[in-house]
Amino acid sequence: MSEELLRIEDLHVSFSTRRGMVEAVRGVTLDVEAGEMLGLVGESGSGKSVTGFATTRLLDTAGRVTAGKILFRGQDVTKLRGDDLRHLQGAAMSMIFQNPRAALNPIRAIGSQIADAILTHKRISKGAARAEALDLLRAVQIREPEARMNAYPHELSGGMCQRVMIAIAISCNPALLIADEPTTGLDVTTQKVVMDLLADIAAARGMATILITHDLGLAARYCRRIAVMERGRIVEEANPKTLFSTPQHAYTKRLVAASPTATSRIEDLVTEEERERQATFVSKPRPELAHGTPPLLEVRKLAKRFDQGAAAVADFSMTMAGGESVGLVGESGSGKSTTSRMICRLIDPSEGEIVFDGQSIGHVASRDFHRSRFRKDIQMVFQDPNESLNPRFTAFDCIAHPLTRLDGMRGGDALRKRVEECAERVGLPLDLLPRFPHQLSGGQKARVGIARAIACRPRLLVLDEPTAALDVSVQAVVLQLLDRLRRENDIALLFVSHDLNVVRMLCDRTIVLRNGGIVEQGESRALFDNPKTDYTRKLVEAIPHIETGPLLAAAL
Amino acid sequence: MTGLGATMVRAGRRLLSSLPALFGVLVFTFLLMRVLPGDPAVFFASGPNAGKEEIEQIRKQMGLDKSVPEQLVFYLSDIGHGNLGRSMMTGQPVLKDLRERLPASLELTFTALLIALIAAVPLGVVAALKPGSPVDHGVRLFCALGVCVPTFVSGLLLIYAFYYLLGLAPDPTGRIDVFTSLPPQRTGFLSVDFLLAGDVEGWWAACKQLILPAVSMALFVIAPLARITRASMLVSLGSDFVRTARSVGLSWRKVVITYALRNAILPVITIAGIVFSTMLGANVLVEKVFSWPGVASYALDALLSSDYAPVQGFVLLMASLFVLVNLVVDICYGIADPRVSIG
Repeated sequence: MSEELLRIEDLHVSFSTRRGMVEAVRGVTLDVEAGEMLGLVGESGSGKSVTGFATTRLLDTAGRVTAGKILFRGQDVTKLRGDDLRHLQGAAMSMIFQNPRAALNPIRAIGSQIADAILTHKRISKGAARAEALDLLRAVQIREPEARMNAYPHELSGGMCQRVMIAIAISCNPALLIADEPTTGLDVTTQKVVMDLLADIAAARGMATILITHDLGLAARYCRRIAVMERGRIVEEANPKTLFSTPQHAYTKRLVAASPTATSRIEDLVTEEERERQATFVSKPRPELAHGTPPLLEVRKLAKRFDQGAAAVADFSMTMAGGESVGLVGESGSGKSTTSRMICRLIDPSEGEIVFDGQSIGHVASRDFHRSRFRKDIQMVFQDPNESLNPRFTAFDCIAHPLTRLDGMRGGDALRKRVEECAERVGLPLDLLPRFPHQLSGGQKARVGIARAIACRPRLLVLDEPTAALDVSVQAVVLQLLDRLRRENDIALLFVSHDLNVVRMLCDRTIVLRNGGIVEQGESRALFDNPKTDYTRKLVEAIPHIETGPLLAAAL
Repeated sequence: MTGLGATMVRAGRRLLSSLPALFGVLVFTFLLMRVLPGDPAVFFASGPNAGKEEIEQIRKQMGLDKSVPEQLVFYLSDIGHGNLGRSMMTGQPVLKDLRERLPASLELTFTALLIALIAAVPLGVVAALKPGSPVDHGVRLFCALGVCVPTFVSGLLLIYAFYYLLGLAPDPTGRIDVFTSLPPQRTGFLSVDFLLAGDVEGWWAACKQLILPAVSMALFVIAPLARITRASMLVSLGSDFVRTARSVGLSWRKVVITYALRNAILPVITIAGIVFSTMLGANVLVEKVFSWPGVASYALDALLSSDYAPVQGFVLLMASLFVLVNLVVDICYGIADPRVSIG
């Protein structure tokens, strides 16, 4: 018992829902030693976060530990009450959450929030607590900490907010830190900085850390030991190297395969057996474009200025041929979404020209563009499959909507046939069509979103982070779907993403944006293998690599 | 200090931008009064047998013989000079009447709102802390009763219980009983004026007069306030930052009050502003039941006797107050929530 800090024995957690009790965790057994960093990896719904919340006693009122023990220094956490519990929370173990901006009180200055945490466990004066809070802000490397003490969360970037959250979590020197997806939603470069910081702090203070994440690459980079969870159980536990080179469990194999790496191709994203099952379609080589064919899309000197301040996008030019896929990458605030929206004609550019199929469409006001005949040709897939579907439309209605509005189809058999065709195209089972979005899984919703976008047979599909909210295994399938659509239907893809591994796989060419301007562009593989600018190099280096990638390929 | 200055500038700009709306209200009420049936000249003639000439003379005196556009121009120019016209009922300038009665209405409404907030916010919080519990259902029942009993019924019930049966309350006959001498007028709020004059006995008498009408008005608006408090408190308690606060072991009090309630109170401020405006105009029933000399009952009397000027003055007053209240709400919101800046 000398080394062991936390021991979870056969933990079961259930949630009472409208449809009765649902078991989220079914028999997790896990050890954490003092000072170690353990990765807990799994997809959404695997119960990894619930395990974390059960350990820190932060389960929703609907959730209950039905069986098992959580021993922290030999004391069963699940049985603690009142002051004992409060003494544990924060002082002995604390937690970092996924969405750092939401996790901070929006109307309380961050200095006060850190001081609140300190004052809970230490009997010191308010002034002393503020002084300690200031030290903590320095420890998490926030610039101008004195000024930031009085800042509110909305005045800080996501990465800054997460540093503040780390400061709160470590304020009372806990022995165990549980980080629940601490960097999901942050830019890759920020992600690296925050994770490095977290790892350094944990090492310096001797804190054990449980890193809960869906990102195998991230876990592999920072953890010595990784536990893989699926449907409430731990299916495999090993060090990263073993896990990636010789995954034992079928689920781990699938997960490892689906995690994009620097070298993986679209076809690699599923395991061998699945690939054989899907290998029915033959990828035909893209026909070489006849010389002199006008480009499908040509953008010249595009710029966007919002009401005040600097330009969000300036001097952006690009061309795309039919059936080509182009990636638009950059950190948040680089203007990639703004650019994609201007090209989709959802917002108006301040300057510049957009020529689609030889016709200038940039001057058509975005509010009138739905009447343009090109609306059918340029369609969009949005980032969040939950938010971008009308909750009161069934999947059928969602897909039928553009057909009735843009293609002038009336109800009846023709419409039904087209919708079913689209659903089949994206691999959405037809019996799901009468369902409402909340009755569909994330991957199914993503398919509905794509089916809706391709319903009118567009020639250009603009995708704004279409897989950012999806699990890796779902992402793998969606990416393959998109690639197939491009090959078979000759749809050009403009793919906006912060995930460089995905862009590298899917896109022929990549454009790197920073502060609204193009930093670098070129053929994807060449660009990522030999970045010409420091900025691109920084982006590429920040991606968590699974270093055993080639080894894995050999093993498969 | 620059922040405060900027806020004042923005507030001023907001006031200016509401002028067109106020002007619209003016014109609309003016026209509305003209299309309502009833001839004020006939009404204010000396008696039912007044001759045609007499009525004609009154009409000329009131300017009613001119065309409607002409009347409107005269009316607007009067308003521009700060003259709201003269009430035929009281024979006094409308401005003077309103100035005398507005403090009574405001005092009643403020007190009622205060009582409502003091009752509603804790009720909402308690209900949100244990959703689905008997406490929650109790609060819901209380709110439902408060809303479904009209204010004049609850007012009469309160009078019956506290004045007739228990004898605790004074006669429901206005702001103060006839035997108490009035304090020198400073704010127009009797309870404040008595305190300023150092007359504790008078203050107590005024408060006793005030409490029943204020409570019967408050009962009616507790429901929306308590329900919005409960709803936003539930959101707040389920939010990530409350979970963060719990994760570091903050005390229950700190979590509920500093973290959850301070965030949950923001929508309550908005609703309180709306409730206040509504109460100010709609408390005519309470004013009637308690013989409260307020602006609403004054306007109702004027309306019934086709007395144009007071009604127009009243509507203008209400519209201005509404603008003012909204501005105050926005400023409060800006102070309470650092993310919001008015403008």
